[in-house]
Amino acid sequence: MTARLTVSNLTIRLPRGADRENAIEDVSLTLNAGEILCVVGESGSGKSVTASAAMGLLAPGLSITAGALDLCGEDLRKVTSDQWRAIRGRRIAMVFQEPMTALNPLMTVGAQLEEMWRVHLGLDAAEARQRALAALNEVKLPDPEGALRAYPHELSGGQRQRVMIAMALALEPEVLICDEPTTALDVTTQAQVLALIKDLQVRHGTAVMFITHDFGVVAEIADRVAVMRLGRVVEEGSAQAVLTTPQHDYTKALLRAVPALSAPVPRALSDERVLEVRGLTKTYASRGIFRRRRPVRALDDVSVSVRRGATLAVVGESGSGKSTLARVVVGLLGADGGQVKIGGAPLPAQRRAAARLVQMVFQDPYASLNPRRRVGAQVAQGPIAAGTPAKQAMTEARELFCMVGLDGDAVDRYPHEFSGGQRQRIGIARALAMKPQVLVADEPVSALDVSVQAQVLALLRELQQRLDLSILFITHDLRVAAQLCDEVAVMRNGVVEESGPIGAVFASPRSDYTRSLIAAIPGKALFGT
Amino acid sequence: MRAAKAYLRSPAAVIGTVILLAVLVMGVGADWFYPGDPLGLAGRPLQWPGQNPRFLLGTDSSGRDIAAQIVHGARISLLIGFVATSIAVVIGIAIGSVAGFYGGATDTALMRVTEAFQTLPNFILLLVLVAVFGSTIETVTIAIGIVSWPPVARLTRAEFLSLRTRDFVQACRVQGLSDAHLILREVLPNALPPVIVYASVVMAVAILLESALAFLELSDPNVPSWGNLIGLGRNVLRTEWYVSAIPGVAILLTILGVSLVGQGLNDALNPRLARAR
Repeated sequence: MTARLTVSNLTIRLPRGADRENAIEDVSLTLNAGEILCVVGESGSGKSVTASAAMGLLAPGLSITAGALDLCGEDLRKVTSDQWRAIRGRRIAMVFQEPMTALNPLMTVGAQLEEMWRVHLGLDAAEARQRALAALNEVKLPDPEGALRAYPHELSGGQRQRVMIAMALALEPEVLICDEPTTALDVTTQAQVLALIKDLQVRHGTAVMFITHDFGVVAEIADRVAVMRLGRVVEEGSAQAVLTTPQHDYTKALLRAVPALSAPVPRALSDERVLEVRGLTKTYASRGIFRRRRPVRALDDVSVSVRRGATLAVVGESGSGKSTLARVVVGLLGADGGQVKIGGAPLPAQRRAAARLVQMVFQDPYASLNPRRRVGAQVAQGPIAAGTPAKQAMTEARELFCMVGLDGDAVDRYPHEFSGGQRQRIGIARALAMKPQVLVADEPVSALDVSVQAQVLALLRELQQRLDLSILFITHDLRVAAQLCDEVAVMRNGVVEESGPIGAVFASPRSDYTRSLIAAIPGKALFGT
Repeated sequence: MRAAKAYLRSPAAVIGTVILLAVLVMGVGADWFYPGDPLGLAGRPLQWPGQNPRFLLGTDSSGRDIAAQIVHGARISLLIGFVATSIAVVIGIAIGSVAGFYGGATDTALMRVTEAFQTLPNFILLLVLVAVFGSTIETVTIAIGIVSWPPVARLTRAEFLSLRTRDFVQACRVQGLSDAHLILREVLPNALPPVIVYASVVMAVAILLESALAFLELSDPNVPSWGNLIGLGRNVLRTEWYVSAIPGVAILLTILGVSLVGQGLNDALNPRLARAR
């Protein structure tokens, strides 16, 4: 085994005024030829900074203060910016998290791909085209000829990521750095892309540094694992060793937080249906004279129901209509047909009346709070608008803050003073302030780190028992659904494919689609039942 | 607090603030520096600056003290700047926020009105308004405010269009809050920073528009404005050029001050843009 990329005792300083002095401290990693090294950590652990240092793409304000970077014997700290241009793409390549923003929207996929050979190797147009076609064939794009002529927006997320991989491997680099390449993808697509990366890595003997926060993904592809926390490598070893016999407490905690795919013990459920959705349809049509796109059926005759005090998970991949369903249920979107009934009566069209019946917890805790207002006021404003005296509403807000595990005095602070998990707790408090009959949670934990995810889910479970909450829980992640939910409805292309008690659906899925979703969960072998 | 610190750290902002404060002190203390009517006869006409120690900046063609007119004129220019800008910003925010928040037919209607105003060159429109309603200082100020609001409305609308779909606004809808609350308490405070920055541009243009009117002798002749002085000096521009040049420099410095303050505000309120520069 020869070391391709060696990072030794690297320390990178953050600009003054940051929450800690160094982004990474004394980090040493070795990436050997023909292996996949997974760098795992939660947000803020310094894993992406390490990768950008290896690419010579440190963000302005960051500076290397100590240590060395070495690519096959060449000292990367001495490389000038002109020399970097020759190294990047040719010797070290990178695949980014968001394939849409990493591709130029105004150039065809073919033109961008061919550029690699034309710029770096000076090949002529015909030869570059040949190579591009071969590369797209290798990453198993369904229609490589068509893809060459297509613009990035005409491909799906998974296809775009395949193009990015083809581009990264175009010049047979010695080192490939993948920065959360599958985080933005659906589970089934993620499984395909992971298999593709593994396959290409074996075939080309590339050394891959794979950055991820998901231990499931690690279990699927890693040869070796380095766990990072607050800028330091806390544990490193073979995938087998780290995943099965972790040494460091932090690694153990992270592994414990990975949700297992086992249905919870079934509870006795009430027969009362507090939320009933009957035959809901919603079509997104493009308006105007030039109707280029075909209308999209986001909801096609959807019927689901939530029992009082229970949780229904609506599971589906992107584009399945699950978020549209959530928005129709809380009244943010109007439906084209069908009915939403809460407590037996149709959802009132008036905003103020509906607020008492159904509330929502949003996906992104950073976008769902107004940055310029105190969080207490944002929690209390709903009850105040509904007629509660301001003083009483503020007292209730304090109590709610305590109930969701925050300090009651935190009501006087602004959103930027809280972490993502804390903000999500505030979002939950805001929803509960209206004392709704039904709580709609739209991917409430998908933007959070695993350990924080587990805490928020535990909070929701506890609140459900205490307040007898009925929850409609939207998620793309079956593992998350399995932790909290009593019943599940699997959606695909606006249609409910399958629904029933979660234990039954997991144990014996009736539809092929559910089966493929379960099969695609990363790390099943390790974390499964 | 953080914004205030960032503001004071920028040299441009500090210089601009100092200039504007100086103009403000001149305007506020005008009666103390030069008591009496600045438009009254003071001495022999057309004395060069420094020629007579009584008249620091000389006299104009009617024998009035230029220094007294400059100091009193600061009051008029600032007043026109502030009041006209306030009018433009209030109209602009009202129209822009309603158009941006509701979208659809409301947006289309309001934006066509805005474009109708924008297609007319605003100085021509100003001339028409002054010609119709007379040229007292009040009508001139209001007229300047009326011709300056369309860009403010467009800017506010653009901010509202992107902010109204944010999750925190949707969350307030779900809480059952009224549209008025959503517009005034949730969206507007977040839309305001670029509008405040743009207001400094509006203010500079307002001061210039008044001077331009006065140069054409269409502004209120009964107030000691800088523009009026430039207009007077026009007749003796070749021989006694200082009559026009001195108020010209005063206008230049004031507008420089306003622009620098605007730049500083921009850096302080949009820290991300400032760092990228």
